[in-house]
Amino acid sequence: MSSEGPNAGEGVFCGVDVGAASTKVVLMDVDGKMLGSHVRKSGVDYQIAACDCLEKALVMAGLKPDAVNGTIATGYGRRNVEFAGDAKTEILCHSAGCYFYFPKAITIVDIGGQDNKIIRLDDDGRRVSFKMNRKCAAGTGAFLEEIAARLDLDLDDLDSMAKSADKTVKLGSFCTVFSKTEILAHIRRGEPVNGIVRGAFRSVVERICEMETFEGDVVLTGGVAAHNTIVAQMMSEELGRDVHLPSFPQLTGALGAALLARDEYQEE
Amino acid sequence: MSEEKKVPFKPIKSTKMMKGIMADYFKELDEASKSGDRKIAWCTSVGPAELLHALGFLVYYPENHGALLGATRMAMDLIPAANAIGYSPDICSYLTSDIGSYLKKSTPLQRAFNMDGLPKPDVLVYNTNQCRDVKDWFNFYRDEFDVPCLGIDTPRGVHDVSKGHVDAVAGQMKELVPSLEKAAGRTLDMEKFKSVVELSLKTTELWKKVLRAATHAPSPLTFFDGTIHMGPAVVLRGTQPAVDYYETLVAELEQRISDGVAAIDGEEHRIYWDGMPVWGKLREHSEQFTLLKTCVVASTYCNSWIFEALDPDNPFEGMARAYTELFITRSEDFKESYLARMVGDYGVNGIIFHDSKTCPNNSNNRYGMPERLRKKLGVPTLTIQGDLNDLRCYSEEQTRTNIEAFVEQLAER
Repeated sequence: MSSEGPNAGEGVFCGVDVGAASTKVVLMDVDGKMLGSHVRKSGVDYQIAACDCLEKALVMAGLKPDAVNGTIATGYGRRNVEFAGDAKTEILCHSAGCYFYFPKAITIVDIGGQDNKIIRLDDDGRRVSFKMNRKCAAGTGAFLEEIAARLDLDLDDLDSMAKSADKTVKLGSFCTVFSKTEILAHIRRGEPVNGIVRGAFRSVVERICEMETFEGDVVLTGGVAAHNTIVAQMMSEELGRDVHLPSFPQLTGALGAALLARDEYQEE
Repeated sequence: MSEEKKVPFKPIKSTKMMKGIMADYFKELDEASKSGDRKIAWCTSVGPAELLHALGFLVYYPENHGALLGATRMAMDLIPAANAIGYSPDICSYLTSDIGSYLKKSTPLQRAFNMDGLPKPDVLVYNTNQCRDVKDWFNFYRDEFDVPCLGIDTPRGVHDVSKGHVDAVAGQMKELVPSLEKAAGRTLDMEKFKSVVELSLKTTELWKKVLRAATHAPSPLTFFDGTIHMGPAVVLRGTQPAVDYYETLVAELEQRISDGVAAIDGEEHRIYWDGMPVWGKLREHSEQFTLLKTCVVASTYCNSWIFEALDPDNPFEGMARAYTELFITRSEDFKESYLARMVGDYGVNGIIFHDSKTCPNNSNNRYGMPERLRKKLGVPTLTIQGDLNDLRCYSEEQTRTNIEAFVEQLAER
């Protein structure tokens, strides 16, 4: 990530993605070069989380607040960001962010803390369709958090544990609570914990792959993909096609918001 | 971005008249229930109401009550009572709301119309054209009130409605007559029956005009207006007040069109809504679409009370055909063609399917319809997860985001 500031007059644009689990801020210049960013837990006060992220991103970029020419907020807390000039949905912002990295027909899979999305874009970056998960935690980061808690594991250890497993222990249920009950049975049978963790990732991937048909290249985003590269590997195996991770998978929503802020600024 | 936006709202003036005739309707039911002067029939929403009116019954519709329970959100306190006696959270939440209301002796009719409670039935009459749940629902009350429960079993999944279908349903209606005459304490007067069917036909023709007004761009009314103003088409069809009301409403909407008055100022997008309303979120949905300059111009739900096959000269056969050719009883192929036609007729540029957790019969997204229509018509579709009454099955934030993102998608085109 560059710490160079933009030349005077070129403009700095800010995207704020207040997700259910994490808040992300991206500062970029007029060409889309990332100048600064920050991620932290959203907590219970979205405005504070957004301000804190902005402050730290500005420090990283070596900029003052008045350098920012436009800000767009996205995510569940998008309406709570008082310094944003506009709010757009995370579906639009993830589309903009991913198309910036992959300017062609793509299927975006975003796995967030509390929901997931599958967005299909055409060659021109226009949305063909989108779907969000149904009303449960299956296929989301919340599912992995629940499983980690049941197994008394640190979330940060899940990826390496799954990669070290020799087998995948199958978790078949849609329901997170039922999956946790399945895990109890596997523990009783003496299944290896890393195999169960691998099975949990497999469950996330299966829940997502059964939501939609996939066309074009698949781009995987969100915090779950950013912190657990095994998800991209498994999804590639499941779909039989390449699955790309952008440079900053957790920041694509905020980056898209910043790009939209730039576009709005330029239109004005 | 945290400021609350004021939602411009254009009230329909005829609403006052509608409230008046609905209040009169419930008052008459309440008085009859207390005095016993008139017999009361409970009827499913598309049951043989004309036959019941012709026999002198006052007709009460539990499904209408279900919608009131949903719209007032009282359903959320009442559904658990029905769940607790064994009516699953997975079955019709009109049923569970209504039975919960009965169990807890709590109804919005008490506050809205100063009624003591539900009007006591002398007979219960169902038609399974809506679903099988109505039969189980009415059987509950059969046991509670110890009154006859009669009904019609309508074929489902029908593609073309044949003479065989019509004869089978008309035959069942005719077979009801002796039992209904016994409950009514009078014989069926065929001339009266024909005149009721004629009033019902007039009501349905006028209701169709109300809905077709939305083919005009900008539309003078929204789906959300329709869900409120369809009340008389449901509970007062076959009566003169319903005819008078819709003549007034049609005139107001025609005047709006002449004056260039749009229901949604600056209407930018026109959406079709398939499936049930989320009754407890009508206001929120209406306001969100208004702020997004998007008019939900048409719906399967509101159009399901158009019964053009009613025939005063052949009342049994006309009712049988009208109540069998409903969208809900039809084949998937028929439904697909119907929706495609509606998209064209109303100039729709997006379709929203409401997947209603407890109402599979009104959730038309479950057999690949959105995907087929998207490919066939090139019209974007969105499926939202929710329920007609049970807000435990509904995510406010996820739905709002889905709708907002869908309108963003329409704007990209």
